[in-house]
Amino acid sequence: MENSEIISLSQPKDPKKLSIISFSGDFDKLVATFTLATGAAAVGYEVNIFFTFWGLDAIKKKQGRAFVGTGFLPKIFGFFMGGLRSAPVSRLNFLGLSPKIFRYLMRKKNVATLEELVEAAKALEINMYACEMALHILGLQQSDFIHEVKGVLGVTTFLEISEGGRTLFI
Amino acid sequence: MTFVKTKIQLSKLQKGDILEVLLTEGEPLTNVPRSAREQGYNVLEVSHVEWLIHKVIIEK
Repeated sequence: MENSEIISLSQPKDPKKLSIISFSGDFDKLVATFTLATGAAAVGYEVNIFFTFWGLDAIKKKQGRAFVGTGFLPKIFGFFMGGLRSAPVSRLNFLGLSPKIFRYLMRKKNVATLEELVEAAKALEINMYACEMALHILGLQQSDFIHEVKGVLGVTTFLEISEGGRTLFI
Repeated sequence: MTFVKTKIQLSKLQKGDILEVLLTEGEPLTNVPRSAREQGYNVLEVSHVEWLIHKVIIEK
């Protein structure tokens, strides 16, 4: 009886819903996030991505290094965090050389680049949200992000949105 | 990713329009026609074009 209860808890009520907490701003982990998200959306899943902390770099309007945010410290921090185009790889980054090598290899092997994956996520109307607390800390607001970002949410709203489906933390 | 690109192109078409997808052997060749059928599209043809290239014709 106990076992069957555990199994039933692990089964999503809504198997065609995938929610991803995108915490990492690393190039490779963002590729994983967007590959999963677009693949799931293409086969009919409802997909929600909740971007928080470093993950927010992926959805900034300014994709390179820029002084975004309000206040001196957030602006400096925002500059070093950068955006989609300045995302480092999680290992063997070689001072930013590795993402350039990866982009070159992806194009050469006809694999979607990170930028193409983000464009696909927009085209597939994946639900993208920004974390309210992280925005508050970093002095950012919704207008600093691409207009496809549907809203700024806290944990409880994200839990409501993701309820019943599968949730991943990347 | 092949089906992602296929789905995006299909979304731009009208009902009854035809999409021709060229792909290489391997996982996409199985996945694209199967996913298209699951999504309710009509797969009209899967054929070999040349060497490793195959063609899938899908009707929206």
